[in-house]
Amino acid sequence: MDTLFHAQTLLIIAAGAIATYLTRVGGYIFITRMKRIPPRAEAALNAVPAAVLTTLVAPAAVTGGWDVSLTMAVALLAGMRLALLPMLAVGWIVVMILRYFVIG
Amino acid sequence: MTPATKEEIRDAFRRGIAVAIAAAPFAVLFGAVAIDNSLTIAEAALMSATLYAGASQLVGVELFNHNVAPWLVVLSIFAVNFRHVLYSAAIAPHIRHLSFFEKATSLFLLTDPQFAETERRGDAGIRVTYIWSMVLGLSVYVPWLCLTVVGGFLGNLIGDPRSIGIDVLLPIYFMGLVLGFRSRANWLPVVIASGAGSILALHFVGSPWHVSLGALAGIAVAALLPLDAKEAEAPIGDVIEGEA
Repeated sequence: MDTLFHAQTLLIIAAGAIATYLTRVGGYIFITRMKRIPPRAEAALNAVPAAVLTTLVAPAAVTGGWDVSLTMAVALLAGMRLALLPMLAVGWIVVMILRYFVIG
Repeated sequence: MTPATKEEIRDAFRRGIAVAIAAAPFAVLFGAVAIDNSLTIAEAALMSATLYAGASQLVGVELFNHNVAPWLVVLSIFAVNFRHVLYSAAIAPHIRHLSFFEKATSLFLLTDPQFAETERRGDAGIRVTYIWSMVLGLSVYVPWLCLTVVGGFLGNLIGDPRSIGIDVLLPIYFMGLVLGFRSRANWLPVVIASGAGSILALHFVGSPWHVSLGALAGIAVAALLPLDAKEAEAPIGDVIEGEA
């Protein structure tokens, strides 16, 4: 924590910010110039968020230890019914109970 | 200022603050996780100020910690934010009347709730003005930025994230986001392919490639499946719910 910024981190943030801004204006620019997207390309794009985000969930649920796996399973069930914030609360309560009352 | 403009500002501010309250834990979470993943508070604040997209910020920060190649971090941020392409395409009819500068600035503030509110206002036949968009966007943006810094300072105090259960919040948050897309076509096959693909890739190839390889598996499945696969989805769904 001796410096405010690191050069490589700064570059990644700058590139990430530009990439993000391009997604925010890209659709508008694209749609006001073109009318049609191939259906399979659209299906592939449509799957991007779930496909990317799942890769951050599944390995954590499998390799994080049994307390994490069990917590994720309970949170999954909760997430079928609850919104994001209550789901987080359920998961947090479960993992805290497991770590402080079950493990000891 | 006309009474109509005042009413617009009041409406936008009220909606914006509601979003800001719902997003507040994630701003704090982002700040804390960023510090935990060895970013500085200044870097976390800069990320909130320039990306201003919660899920991608958390994804980016998570990958920082895995010593992932920089281009892959940027690509992942881009991939997570790709939905904004669809958002800005969808609201195009509502914002077409704005000037170039107004579009360029208000689109910077385009987020999931900003999209939803704009779409709703436009569909109701109410003109989406520049002042309304900016008040709505900024009343989410400013708290997001401030709470990132608050989270950063808390992160410095927290120490071991496992001891207060912070380490599971991020995977659960991402799982919640994944569940949020569950009404989309072929959602379950995509999630199964990505999940299995990423676990296998983690085992046989290693981090960080499991992210891109797993995502690729899910995207390929979506592109290759029949475009209208409603019947194929139901039986798979039953099996998985039974397992869970």
